[in-house]
Amino acid sequence: MCTMIAHQVKIQGRGKNGPEWFEVREANVSYDHPYDLPLEHALNIDFVNEALGPGARVAVELSVEAARQLVKTVEAVLAQADQRGVLEDRPLAASPARDRLHDA
Amino acid sequence: MYQTDRYEGMIAETVAMRGHTADVINAYLARPLGAGPFPGVLLIHHAPGWDEWYRECTRRFAHHGYVSISPNLYFRDGHGSPEDVGAKVRAAGGAPDARVLGDLDGARTYLRSLPYVSGKIGVFGTCSGGRHAFLAACRLNGFDALIDCWGGRVVQSKEELTPNQPVAPIDYTKDLSCPMLGLFGNEDKSPTPEQVNAHEAELKKHGKRYEFHRYDGAGHGFFYYDRPAYRQEQAMDGWKKVFAFCERTLR
Repeated sequence: MCTMIAHQVKIQGRGKNGPEWFEVREANVSYDHPYDLPLEHALNIDFVNEALGPGARVAVELSVEAARQLVKTVEAVLAQADQRGVLEDRPLAASPARDRLHDA
Repeated sequence: MYQTDRYEGMIAETVAMRGHTADVINAYLARPLGAGPFPGVLLIHHAPGWDEWYRECTRRFAHHGYVSISPNLYFRDGHGSPEDVGAKVRAAGGAPDARVLGDLDGARTYLRSLPYVSGKIGVFGTCSGGRHAFLAACRLNGFDALIDCWGGRVVQSKEELTPNQPVAPIDYTKDLSCPMLGLFGNEDKSPTPEQVNAHEAELKKHGKRYEFHRYDGAGHGFFYYDRPAYRQEQAMDGWKKVFAFCERTLR
């Protein structure tokens, strides 16, 4: 089934899909066919940088249960960090030097 | 039926063709060796992308005596591994129907231009490609056979329509211009058996020539030997039905 259930969110971060890191600018979240997980549908998250082309992608494919656990865990970790006053809740400075996929 | 004392050979290669708005895109072409004429088959890849399974499928049709072409419907979305490109299109909500139809029109024109292609051309697709195949057989002229394998979202509610897929294909059923073969798994979630029923009712209503085969113990994508959905018995029976249908409609 091709659900076409997909959302994109702009994010700031770094991703790694080989020896080098690259700047991640978007996260694509879908509930659709996975490529490798042996399920008909999965919660797929692709961390990408569209400006760098389709290969700038860190992919994970999760079962529904795993996805729900991940969401809860991310929220719990952020809440704990907030409680301890260590959250660095500020935008990341742009990093042009990392704008190419294989820049160190 | 292939005989062991018969010569057999094929050429399979990437070619360039004109698609939607006359853009040049690439396609995979496989053809039996010889002057022909051979019938043509246009293969429409599934949502996960223009991948190895579709190359093999294209060669499979050539092995059975058809000049086969599978256009890269994601050509404009960049290049890389089929998975990476497919994931990009997945995030964008799929390829736009209008662009896909333009590319399929171009692929059919390309097939017709080849000196070894007979006048008959079929269209085959699986998953989203099954949906596109049905759209093509309704919206474009010049197809002599349609094979829709578990095409999902042929039946779409208004809420499921998107800018990329603005019209439910079932609404074009009255314009279907050739005989149709449909293969479906009874455990599929899209199309569900109820949606297949609705599609069949619409075909009946408009007096269209069709044959549907529905397989128990099979869900979506039961031909895909590289996925857990593969069902050997149902898949092999399905392939037999595909080629029997092609022989009847395209020779």
